[in-house]
Amino acid sequence: MTETLRRTAFGALALLLGFAPLACASSSALSPQTAAPEAARSGAMKRGEKPSQVPFTGPASGVESRRAGESAYTSTYQPLPSQSVLITNATVLTAAGERIERGSVLMRDGRIAAVGQTVEAPAGAVVVDGAGKWVTPGIIDAHSHLGVYAAPGVEASSDGNEATDPNTAEVWAEHSVWPQDPQFPLALATGGVTTMQILPGSANLFGGRSVTVKNLPARDVYGMKFPGAPYGLKMACGENPKRVYGGKGRAPSTRMGNVAGYRGAWIKAAKYRADWAEYERKRQAGEDDAEQPDRNLQLETLAGVLSGDILVQNHCYRADEMLTMIDIAKEFGYKVTAFHHAVEAYKIADVLAANGICADVWADWWGFKMEALDGIRENAALLQKAGACVVIHSDSSEGIQRLNQEAAKSMAAGNRMGMNLREEDAIRWLTINPAKSIGVDRQTGSLEPGKMADVVLWSGNPFSVYSRPDKVYIDGALAYDRNDPSRQLKTDFELGIRDTREEVQP
Amino acid sequence: MNARTALTLFAGLALAGATAARPETVAITGATIHTMGPQGTIQNGTVVIENGKIRAVGASVPLPASVRRIDAHGQVVTPGLFDSYSQIGLVEVNAVEDTEDAHSQDDRITAAFNVADAINPRSMLIPVNRVEGLTRVVAAPNPGKSLIAGQGAVIDLGGPGDRPGDYLVRSPAAMFAVLGEAGANLSGGARESSILRLREAFQDTLDYIANRRAFEQGDRRPYLLSRLDLEALIPVVKGELPLVVGVNRASDIESTLRLAKEFKLKLILAGAAEGWVVARQIAEAKVPVLLNTLNNLPERFETLGATLENPARLYKAGVTIAFMSGDAHNSRNIKQEAGNAVAYGLPWDAALAAMTSVPARIWGIAGSYGTLEPGKDADVVIWDGDPLEVTSFPTAVFIRGKAIPMTSRQLELRDRYKDVKNPLPPVYRKP
Repeated sequence: MTETLRRTAFGALALLLGFAPLACASSSALSPQTAAPEAARSGAMKRGEKPSQVPFTGPASGVESRRAGESAYTSTYQPLPSQSVLITNATVLTAAGERIERGSVLMRDGRIAAVGQTVEAPAGAVVVDGAGKWVTPGIIDAHSHLGVYAAPGVEASSDGNEATDPNTAEVWAEHSVWPQDPQFPLALATGGVTTMQILPGSANLFGGRSVTVKNLPARDVYGMKFPGAPYGLKMACGENPKRVYGGKGRAPSTRMGNVAGYRGAWIKAAKYRADWAEYERKRQAGEDDAEQPDRNLQLETLAGVLSGDILVQNHCYRADEMLTMIDIAKEFGYKVTAFHHAVEAYKIADVLAANGICADVWADWWGFKMEALDGIRENAALLQKAGACVVIHSDSSEGIQRLNQEAAKSMAAGNRMGMNLREEDAIRWLTINPAKSIGVDRQTGSLEPGKMADVVLWSGNPFSVYSRPDKVYIDGALAYDRNDPSRQLKTDFELGIRDTREEVQP
Repeated sequence: MNARTALTLFAGLALAGATAARPETVAITGATIHTMGPQGTIQNGTVVIENGKIRAVGASVPLPASVRRIDAHGQVVTPGLFDSYSQIGLVEVNAVEDTEDAHSQDDRITAAFNVADAINPRSMLIPVNRVEGLTRVVAAPNPGKSLIAGQGAVIDLGGPGDRPGDYLVRSPAAMFAVLGEAGANLSGGARESSILRLREAFQDTLDYIANRRAFEQGDRRPYLLSRLDLEALIPVVKGELPLVVGVNRASDIESTLRLAKEFKLKLILAGAAEGWVVARQIAEAKVPVLLNTLNNLPERFETLGATLENPARLYKAGVTIAFMSGDAHNSRNIKQEAGNAVAYGLPWDAALAAMTSVPARIWGIAGSYGTLEPGKDADVVIWDGDPLEVTSFPTAVFIRGKAIPMTSRQLELRDRYKDVKNPLPPVYRKP
């Protein structure tokens, strides 16, 4: 929450009633940063080329293997132990377009093995009767701040906005993520969320790198890190950067100042990339004057965008600003993967569809600031109608628990205006489309053989307010079971808090 | 003060609408009607609306001679929904301070701060919210620099009406204050100070009542608050005007209950994230609680016990509960609060009651609103499905008998942009 908003209705109301801050919508927690991470040795992260076969199956834990000299900051995620599971007799939404009544889903070795009307149970498989229940892929939130704005939201844990310079492309969200954030288990148990992209906040033109994680709290963020997921670069348009820095008497203080800031940075990044390419060329040719340029973490990230390894995740509300951002991408030869919040995306749905840019939107947030004034309930539906990539995202530790309900509202709003949106359409907004938006759609996001077995068994239609996750599987392993005491998650933070957190779940 | 109260109270009950949308005689037939009153739920029933009031409700009701008939077979009828804590009418854009009047940074005004002086019945937020079934809200102040935020009002969302203040259903409806972490922050950083400050304000008010003449002659000890604030607190310390206290931690709720008992206040708790921990005490004190179901996070140390089961647990313990959004733009999502409470254990009827009949009683307007009973104001919503479902929308909304136009700024934006291939630039497109 911004300093401004802290003083006005939102903030005061939050104080009064205890609402969660709107982390990015209002450029959350621009309070002074403690201990900015001195990042990183290796910046040369490669985008995952294939669905990861999680390599860590033996006793050597990720932490140990990293100590043993593996490259730094890489994923050490290991799935929980799993056995073959066949869910039968449920309504299955595959997110690949299909809806199968009384269908079955087989998970084996952490993967989706089969989906269909009838699937034989292999020997030894656990059979789960899904009568009256629904099965979907695990929910994916393309815009989260869990861990970087952990609960309780005290200043000591406010690690999401390095609001000390309009360009902090050098910071990485993963160096802020606190895996003991008690909001991770809530997103799993209440929301069925199995994967999320955790982003830096939106105070800056360039906020830093995102990290994509499996929603299974571990000892460190690397134990959660989605194997092979590409990094994202958080960029922000509009009110937040110009207010934060204009308020400090420095650039940018206007939208044109924002744009000058982006362009100036891309010019430097292009030169940095060319310098390294030239060095590599000379080195490989054995030329004597090959001089290695100095590494620069900020430019390394921006150059990663120019080379296509890092995906642009662009916070942007207004239609006209999104169009400007598309022009900037054209000028410097990169691609905007997704506009986040995109409150006015419905005004340019055709352009977003034509450019293959995802619009990651809320169902109904509007009016909390000027650039959010034109938000409408039908944003997602109108984008769908134009053939664009629609994502319902949260940007909220409350909202991440109810992405299914948010999609339901958007679907119903579309149908109110005469569209015929079905559950098999809306489920894509929560699964395969956000997977695409964060670059993991080949690994997860739909119930198709060979993909990660990230699966939710819902008590009923997931687009009903009354439905809840009964079981959540991550990589084929039972990560949460509403009725199994051994599958309830409790972070370190929640231990020993007398009678309160004890009875709190879910 | 009291004269004003009475005036606005009765102005609110007056019939409005000599203009475009005059109250008409309407019969809604064939619907499943949740009366929320003694008649319970009626299948295939009829509601007759006349002169702004509900004339009749039942399975078999004779229709007046000249009546507009709405066939609502397969649809659901409820009273208009009520949000017990909103800022509708007090804000257009939160971050644009010129449009935000829910609180003040002027610490010379605390209890006397009265939202009725700022309510904008022409707010663009009103149509957006009422087309989704919300017909009344408590427009509540927020604390600025003072523990005591000021006075809130019950307003209806029917718009300006014919006479100034028609939309004020009850004003003031309550005094608002805050304790717990927020209270501590406003009182030098400690909870003890905040309790002391409130106690001092109440003691000063009692002293002021007993020594008003001496005060006016400059012959009394100084008070913490100004004359205007003391005047505003008189009905609070007399137990006539409810005091709404925003508080969350179980121990803070207990402190607040003690304070209310000490001064015999008519207390309402708002927030109460850990209310379930002390549900028995709240029930015994007969104190109603305004709840935000979806605020289920251990977001602060005072909400470590937050849970989606809070409404169900409080209800089971016998506590009177009503829902609040705490929002303005999306007060309409109050039904999502209710639906989630049902998903986590609250009976369906109790959830709908917590947005209709129960707030009517809490806010002292049960004589005219809250149930579908003959003689009450015709706040009536026809839904295309279960009103607690996130996928349901109203097909018609009546506020005090007037069918409101089913349009809003948002719906106009939608219609302007629904066809991007339209050759006419958007600026010329009429929805």
